[in-house]
This record gives sequence, C-alpha cells and structure tokens, in this order.
Amino acid sequence: MSILVNENTKVLIQGITGRDGSFHALSMLDYGTKVVGGVTPGKGGQKVGTLPVFNTAREALKEVEANCSVIYVPAKFASAAIREAADCGIALILCITEGVPVLEMVENYHYIKSKGLRLIGANCPGVISPGKSKVGIMPAHIHTPGNIGVISRSGTLTYEVVYNLTRRKMGQSTCVGIGGDAVVGTGFVDLLALFEKDPGTDAIALIGEIGGEEEELTAEYIRAHVKKPVVAFISGRSAPPGKRMGHAGAIISGGKGTAEAKIKAFRSAGVQVADRPDEIPKLLQGVLKQ
Amino acid sequence: MKIQEYQAASLLNNYGIETVPGELVDSPEKAAAIGLKLGGRVVVKAQVLVGGRGKAGGIRVTHSPGETEKAVREILAMTIKGIPVKKVWIAQAVEIQQEYYLGIAVDRTAKKVIFMASAAGGVEIEELAVKEPEKIHKLHVDPLKGPDEAGLRAMAGTVFGGGPLSEKAYEIMSHMYRLFMEKDCSLVEINPCVRTKAGKLVAVDSKVDFDDNALFKHPDIAGLENPEEHSRDEIAAHDAGLSFVSMDGNIGCIVNGAGLAMATMDVIKLLGGEPANFLDVGGSSNPKKVLYALQIILSNPKVRAILINIFGGITRCDDIANGILIAKNELDITVPLVIRLIGTNEKAGKGILTRAGFVVAEEMTEAVRKVVGAV
Repeated sequence: MSILVNENTKVLIQGITGRDGSFHALSMLDYGTKVVGGVTPGKGGQKVGTLPVFNTAREALKEVEANCSVIYVPAKFASAAIREAADCGIALILCITEGVPVLEMVENYHYIKSKGLRLIGANCPGVISPGKSKVGIMPAHIHTPGNIGVISRSGTLTYEVVYNLTRRKMGQSTCVGIGGDAVVGTGFVDLLALFEKDPGTDAIALIGEIGGEEEELTAEYIRAHVKKPVVAFISGRSAPPGKRMGHAGAIISGGKGTAEAKIKAFRSAGVQVADRPDEIPKLLQGVLKQ
Repeated sequence: MKIQEYQAASLLNNYGIETVPGELVDSPEKAAAIGLKLGGRVVVKAQVLVGGRGKAGGIRVTHSPGETEKAVREILAMTIKGIPVKKVWIAQAVEIQQEYYLGIAVDRTAKKVIFMASAAGGVEIEELAVKEPEKIHKLHVDPLKGPDEAGLRAMAGTVFGGGPLSEKAYEIMSHMYRLFMEKDCSLVEINPCVRTKAGKLVAVDSKVDFDDNALFKHPDIAGLENPEEHSRDEIAAHDAGLSFVSMDGNIGCIVNGAGLAMATMDVIKLLGGEPANFLDVGGSSNPKKVLYALQIILSNPKVRAILINIFGGITRCDDIANGILIAKNELDITVPLVIRLIGTNEKAGKGILTRAGFVVAEEMTEAVRKVVGAV
C-alpha cells in the first residue's frame, strides 16, 4: 500500500511545454505513472511525446480523466493554476513551482480546503510511491518499494535520505516533499495521520528544518496519536539566526525555530533524531526491531 | 526583505498613520540645525537592520543641538553587530503617556494573517510572548472573507480602554492591514505606538518586512533595498540568482536545494570543519550558475577547500558537470575541489567530469570527510 498516489492516479500536468514540465512529463511516463495529458495556455493541440496538450484544465478534462494535477508553471502564474485545478475538482494538486508569494498561498490553502481538496507544496519535489507512481521531479532510480514512509520539507535532502534507505535495502511506501515555504498546502501532521492508517507503512522518516513551529507541533501530535515508529533529521543546526537559508520558510527569528528546539521536542516525544542524514536507516532498523 | 526604520515610518505615513517628524543624515554637519528645528530634544537613532540597537548604544536622547551633533558623530563611527552605521535618523522626542504594541504578521501554523495588540508595548514582542503571553491580544483574518471589523474594534477596545483612543487604534490597525496586503508584507509592526500627553497615538518606532517572493509585484518596494546591509559576496550571489549566506569558516560550499545545503554545513561542522558559506544554486540548472558560485567563493580569501554537493532532481547532473568544466577553463581554481554528484542524469554528469580528470564521490559523508581533510 501507499498514501496519496498509486497505480490508479491519473495525472494532468499544468505547464507541460516548458523545459522542466516537458522533461518531467516524459520521466514520469517512463516510470509508469499514468500521465493523461497537459495544459499550457495557447498551445492546445500540440503534443509532448505522445501526450496531448490542452489550453485549459477544463478543456483537458472533457477529453481525458484525471484525479491529480502537477503544476510546473512560473511563480507568477502558479496561484491561477492551483485555482484552475481546484475549480475543476481535481482531488490532489501538487505545486512544484518555487517562489509563490506567501499571501497568495494563504488564500490558496483556504480555498482548496473549502472545496475539500488537497494541495501539496508549493516549492516541493512532489510525491512518489515507488513502483506505482511518481508525480514530481525526484530522480526515480534512487527509490525502491518497501515499508518506510518519508516526509520532508526539503527536496534534495529527501533524495539524500531515500538514497541512503535504498542502499541499506530499506524500501519506501511513499515519499512526500511538503515544500520549503512558510505556508504549504499539507503539513507533517496530515501526512502522519495518513501513514498511521496505511497498512503498507511500518515506520516513518521525517526530515525537518529550522524555521516555524511545524516540527514542535508534529512532535506533540506524534506523542498523542502516532503508534508507528518515527525517526527524524533536522537540518540547519549550523545556520545563523535572522538569515533566510534559501527556503522562504527556513529562518530563525526572535529566538524561534531553532534546530535545538525542534530536536528537543522530538526527543521528548520519543522520536530518535539522527545527527547525519545517512544515520537514518540505522535508527529505523533499531526501532523496527523493537 | 527588511527596510530601515526611517523607510518604514515614511511608508506608514503614506498609509495615513501618524509618525514622529524627523530627518535622515549621513554626516554630523547639519545635525545641530536639524536638532534645533525639531525642538531641541530629539532621539538620535542608528539606521541598521539588526535588533538591539538601543543596547549597543545606537539610540540616544539628546537635549541640545550641541549634544545632538556629538551623538550623531559618535553613532556614525559605530559598528553594530558587524554592520557599520552609515545613516542616522534624528526624530523629535515624544512625551510618552503609555506605550502600546501593534503588529500584523502571517501565522504559519493557522495559515492566516494575524493582528496582535498589547498595552505592554516598548519591549521585544518575543520576550513578552514568552513571559506574559496573556498580555498579547490576537485576532486571525479569514483569508476568504477579510478582517472581522467588529472583532478588530473589540480588540482595540480591550487593549486601548475604549473611547476615541480605541477608535483611533482601530483606524491605525486598518491602515496597517491595507499596507500589509497591498505590499505583500511579512511583518508590519509599530512598537511602541505611543499615547502622547496630548492624547494622540503616534508610531514612534516601526518595522516593515516584505515577502521576497512577491517583490516582483512591487518595484517601488524592491527599490527600498539597502544593499549596504549585505556582504559583497551576498550581493554578487543575489545578482547571479544564487541563494547565499556568508559564514566564518574556510570550506566553501556549493549545494542544490536549501535543506541539503544546510545539512551539508551541519555535517561539515559535525566532522570538525567550518563552512565558509551557505550556497544554494537553486532548481533549474543553468551551467553558468556553477561558474558564478565558484567565482564568489574563490573571492573569499579565507576559503581553503571547496565542496560541491549536488543531488539532482530538477537540477540535472550533466548541466552541473558542464558548469564545472566552464569554471575550470575560466577560473584559476587554486584550492582543492571535492565533488559529489548524483541524481537526475548522473551517468552523463559523471562521464563529463571523469573524462576531464575529476574524481567524483558517491556519498555525502565521504565527500565531507575528504574536504575537511583537505583543509
């Protein structure tokens, strides 16, 4: 089993004709993901590989069936694309685009929620259920099917952890990058709830970073509601306060959001925290034996 | 993006909020005359974008033109938390009856804009939040409906004790909200907002921060940037589209993705090294970005070795490898270079580098050990 995406996920790609959109459309197809087509305004009727291109999501859905959309459009147009997918009732919307203004994300979040849909991201690598479906930009070959759920605020650091899991022959049920911005569509807590219910997931690796209070709140949630073992890594222990470390959400301000506070919160909730990303497999092996 | 206090005051003013009259100077010459014009008793404030200006001696109350000139001269000679003071704001002194706090920010947890108000202003709000959280009143904004005006009036009533003062506070908060939304702010804060002897509410000190992701919509705001607040490297990196933060160590880092870039610095420290910088080359991989990144890092004389740690997703390893080749041809790389390259198009990328005589590491910890050993 897995969460969010599987062999029945039918994916529409918004922004399919761009350099990244077209490259990853084909790489998702290669992986076996059921990609049904794409959208780029003004380019309806063209093709990307074998995939049909439509002018709008609404037009696309008259011709093809989709229950998931992945967005590669530039930041200026990302919110419009999210709204467009939501207005078509697409149940799962993933926004890869980096640099969406936070006040737009605040509105997008509540708009999607009011419609009972789910948004992942923005500024995220997407979701993969190895062997079943890949929706996003992650390098597919480092993944392998298995029983570990992976959730992370960072894209490339997720790959780092997954790579180490696969090397130690620990496969993954689903890997989700939630995005590095201050406001994202789906947080750690929502995903832990899904993993807790998923019979295909036996343990969870959580990769957090400095900034905000998401990790602290997640630790509280784990203490109260998660029975499956969770191990964590927090990046940014060496980050100076007051400086934005790349991600819009990764900043220590007013003494809040430090790595120390997050590590402490996890440890007090019984979550083991790795010092290095490559120690996660060992910690997982330990907790799975218990 | 952060702006100076005098810039924030002028913005608040444009939005109909009363601020304290003052003038900006970059030399002591006119200070005495300005002090006299503002009524003799003034506050001289260093304009630097760091907290704790007061504690560092960067804010002084003066009582005569002579004292004002002396204070300006001394403050302009100061360096506060590593930043030399280049500008000083001379503001009229205000007769304070009470200090309040007013703020608007984004509550990341609730994913809503939040109003905050307190009758215990003048202190750091973070300190107050820890010590006496009950003294901060909060009100969330419904993102799909806008602010609840009755709720905001009620909050102003509670904090400002009712009457015309509360109505004035309500108006100020409404103006702050308009500024916050129209200019994509991440923080609008008046602290203290002062009730004067004459019964007026005046913004004595204020802070306005902006969402970097939204600056493209607001060229007027982008123009307020204070480049002198950043190191030369940080400016060069920004112009090249790289995300860069200077650190004190001697190992230069080039990484893709912010989380991995931070983790790389963490592991360098863990294994006994000291990172010279945080550098995220970002997503889509223009090979030239590697060249710019190496240029900036090599311009730092402290750097004794460089680690390139790339895990390709949207970034493609062959683009990075080509960038490294361009850099090898155009730059004089005199320090050891350790490369770890893996992910999307890794075979092509490694092939390009191996043919050019580079050794490419597979694992991050192994690469970090190597670069720490090379220093």
